Amino acid sequence: MRTAVTRPAGTPFVRSMLAVVWKDLAAEWRSKEILSSMLVFALLVILIFNFALELDASARREATAGILWVTLAFAGTLGLNRSMAVEKDRGCLDGLLLAPVDRTAIYFGKSIANWLFMLSVALIVLPVYSILYNVNLFNPGLLMVILLGSEGYVAIGTLLSSMAVQTRMRDILLPILLFPVIIPVVLASVKASYGYLQGSAMTDIQPWITLLVASDLIFTAVAFMVFDYVVEE
Amino acid sequence: MASKPRLLTVLDIVTALLMAAAIYMVFIFAPMERVMGAVQKVFYFHVAAGWAGMLGFFVAFVAGIVYLITKQSRWDRVELAGVEIGLVFMFICIVTGSIWARPIWNTWWTWDPRLTTATIMELAYAAYMMLRSGIEDPERRARFGAVYSIVAFISVPLTFFSIRIFRTIHPVVIGSNDPTAQGTFNMTPAMGQTFAFSLIAFSFLFAALLWHRIRLGKLQEDVERLKLQLQS
Repeated sequence: MRTAVTRPAGTPFVRSMLAVVWKDLAAEWRSKEILSSMLVFALLVILIFNFALELDASARREATAGILWVTLAFAGTLGLNRSMAVEKDRGCLDGLLLAPVDRTAIYFGKSIANWLFMLSVALIVLPVYSILYNVNLFNPGLLMVILLGSEGYVAIGTLLSSMAVQTRMRDILLPILLFPVIIPVVLASVKASYGYLQGSAMTDIQPWITLLVASDLIFTAVAFMVFDYVVEE
Repeated sequence: MASKPRLLTVLDIVTALLMAAAIYMVFIFAPMERVMGAVQKVFYFHVAAGWAGMLGFFVAFVAGIVYLITKQSRWDRVELAGVEIGLVFMFICIVTGSIWARPIWNTWWTWDPRLTTATIMELAYAAYMMLRSGIEDPERRARFGAVYSIVAFISVPLTFFSIRIFRTIHPVVIGSNDPTAQGTFNMTPAMGQTFAFSLIAFSFLFAALLWHRIRLGKLQEDVERLKLQLQS
């Protein structure tokens, strides 16, 4: 295995973190389990919104940011659940924890992998949405909001999903645990996306971006501090 | 099995007297508000219940941190007690607020920051109870509970600020007054005294309930252990 992977440079922490990311991406590349299910689910959600909301031109303008984030949030829980359940079911989590590396490196590795999954879903959902509803979503501001919003989402989501897979209810529990605490991130993302799509003045968008960055920092820091307690046995 | 501590009995009696006095002050001593009438009297217990609820979640947050550091199961009992009591008081706060809002705002509910935050908080701690019920191993249950009580408590102010960026119509009776708030009023000295007294009475009620709940948790654990001893 080692010969196949070019050894990444950097401190041991960064090396082991990148190794976890690499492992997740390689596993996903072979099975395509997580990304395909997230994608199909996301597209279905968009279709359902079409029927549920009667999206004519004016409604579309108002609702696009909200639909986009609901889709990403739902698809996100699916991906988070799957990525942790795979580790748990095949006993990989124990193997990872036995490895002589800092456990926060495992946390950040899993988070980055989840983040990449969410971003790839967004990368496919955006053009599809643009074509289906005839709105141009390729707006640098919106892309930045998606980058920031999904970071906060996976930061707390990775922590909570590693808790949820160790309980009896598993898949049902993650959204229940995640949605009440992730509201600041989702709300700020929706509002900032809405602002960018409407071409609002920067002074209107700024408070939301500030809140989004603050939430990202706080959630990442908290998850980083408590992750050790979630995986210790 | 430990008998009930004397101090707890004293606390029970003091709390009962304080609550009776608070009810007297709210209904008889405090003057009737001129514009809103009798429904304004909800305010005294509404704010006090909100205060006790926040206190409960704060206790759970601190107990969660202490548990993760010390790993002593008594902090887990404190944390669970805090969340349970917080849930009940926050629910009382939301319901009394709705009763007040119906005649004053002409609606049971509005998506105001405080209302929304209180509801999301209630849901987050309901999720906490579900998380606990899904784990059998007591040590892991305590660990996960502590982690979630910390995460939930930290997200509360963020949620509040995020919704606060919309304008609020909830009255701020103490401190600065927002001219856009609807249903605000100025307190007379008698109202202020009643309000302060309700806060004190609810704080005592909170302390008494917390102590009882912690003690109940301890007894529960003892019973479990005795059962296991009998079986083996």
